Amino acid sequence: MKLNQDSGKQKGISNRWLIWLVAIVFLILPFLINDYWVDVLFYFGNYALLGLSLNIVLGEVGLFDLGHMGFVAIGAYTTAILNTMFGIPIIILLPISALAAGAFAWLVCSPIIHLRGDYLCIVTIGMGEIIRLTLNNNPFGITGGPNGVFGIDFPSLGNLFVIDDSVKFYYYIWVIVGLTIIGLVNLQRSRIGRAWNYIREDEIAAESTGIDVRYYKLLAFILGAGLAGISGNIFASKLMIVSPESFSFMESCLLFCIVLIGGMGSIPGVIIGSAAISLFPEVFRPFAQSRMLIFGVAMIVMMVFRPGGIWPRKRGSSELQLLHMKVGKEVE
Amino acid sequence: MSENVIKIDQEIGREKGDLTTKKNGQVLLQTEQLDKKFGGLIAVNHFDLKVSRGQISSLIGPNGAGKTTVFNVVTGIYRADGGKVIFKGENLAGKKPHEIVRSGIARTFQNIRLFPNMTCLENVMAGQHCRSCEGMINSLFQTHKQHMEEVKIRKCAEDRLKQVNLWQYRDELAKNIAYGNQRMLEISRALASNPDLLILDEPSSGLNDKETEDLMKFLKGIIQDHLTILLIEHDMNVVMGISDWVSVMDEGKKIAEGLPEQIYTNPQVIEAYLGREEDEEDE
Repeated sequence: MKLNQDSGKQKGISNRWLIWLVAIVFLILPFLINDYWVDVLFYFGNYALLGLSLNIVLGEVGLFDLGHMGFVAIGAYTTAILNTMFGIPIIILLPISALAAGAFAWLVCSPIIHLRGDYLCIVTIGMGEIIRLTLNNNPFGITGGPNGVFGIDFPSLGNLFVIDDSVKFYYYIWVIVGLTIIGLVNLQRSRIGRAWNYIREDEIAAESTGIDVRYYKLLAFILGAGLAGISGNIFASKLMIVSPESFSFMESCLLFCIVLIGGMGSIPGVIIGSAAISLFPEVFRPFAQSRMLIFGVAMIVMMVFRPGGIWPRKRGSSELQLLHMKVGKEVE
Repeated sequence: MSENVIKIDQEIGREKGDLTTKKNGQVLLQTEQLDKKFGGLIAVNHFDLKVSRGQISSLIGPNGAGKTTVFNVVTGIYRADGGKVIFKGENLAGKKPHEIVRSGIARTFQNIRLFPNMTCLENVMAGQHCRSCEGMINSLFQTHKQHMEEVKIRKCAEDRLKQVNLWQYRDELAKNIAYGNQRMLEISRALASNPDLLILDEPSSGLNDKETEDLMKFLKGIIQDHLTILLIEHDMNVVMGISDWVSVMDEGKKIAEGLPEQIYTNPQVIEAYLGREEDEEDE
């Protein structure tokens, strides 16, 4: 027991060093590379945020959601319309987009939340497509049809602080990704995170052990959609234009791949997965036409040799070590 | 072992009012005219069952008699087509499984249903979920209150895991431990919700003689403390060995009930199990 704790502590320390190292690298990276690559890293960050949001639904609870870009679209269009029509600042719209996407998820998912596996999958595909097609058809003349909405402001706090270039956007997204990671790690270590995992492992057993399956599934959807809404807000202000084609079914599939490649329910896994999705095609750009082929082959090879993902979540000592130690302290 | 149980329950602090009203022999769970149909098949037909506080009651019957269906109706997994399930004077019909667990009924499954890719400790912590309350905001920011509750959950899970002698496997994934241990882990998870009634669906299936013996001792031990057990069992040695009361079910109906000795010699029961006439002599 004592030995076990010590090794856990050491592992915790080395993990902490790793986290600091990664944080420092991310902090100084923009000064070492050109704007093009800073932009690539911005999209990496945005995919990481999206991957984390889908990871709540798909990774933690095991619900197949293939319409996740629908929630992003709700967030992005909320931002775009309210900003261009009423001039509400983007920063204020950040929580509003999250709330809008979350509320939408609550509304749409309430009646379908009891569906299992592939059935839920089909319904979410339908949901994502309905959102995209609705935006495409310009309801009440507010979404601008296939052209979308343009002229969206940069995020700013008065005139003091405007996020208007690649480097600032880079920091902006990664600060939000960082805060999201902290929040999600905390959730993983709480009864809510465990309840989600119980449902993923065995829904019936979870139900008869006293877990309100419906509530926790809905909570996961709302939280995932809320994060997706935040991502939509940032995406809209970065591109300054939103159009329906950004939220296609293929994008939802890409998000699905991020979580599967990284490892279901694993936060570092999702970050690596989003790096693979966003950086890989850029690195292999010289191969032009054949780069997507290489990408496809790489994914197949990976799924054959590492079916659990690149960095699957490790359960056991490390997971509860912190609590072990805290309990030990308090008891003594 | 039983000392351990008493200690744990005191620590957890069950409702004090409840303790004084708890008298052995009182009816804890009762089903009245319970019906359950699957399409044209009548699985449970006007079934009456009484479970007395502080006793081990058994429900036996041939395969397909509808025993597990009764359990599933009582625990809320199936909705009854008619009749009542009364637990502590309250009708459970229409309640959801998690609400029924909170009101004090915990169960295990015939084919073990653990959370395979989670550790044994996490499995047992699941039982405490319905006894804890910290929500989203406190969990997101890991407040002190949330942390204290986590510690409480973990402490309770630790005690329950030690009670079934599985503490050394706390960090193993549930799918990796031996079958007999998985059974005990499932019982431990059920006990972690501090139930008044523990429902066990064939707890001895797949266990060897020694493990079955240990299980019987364990059940007799935990019954000492304000716990009531209802079990489905096929192993007659277990049923006759530990039951205070036996109900026999066949084709959805109750055909007999009584003390184990009475059931042992009841001609109707023997008929249901072995068939009529010369088959009886073969045995």
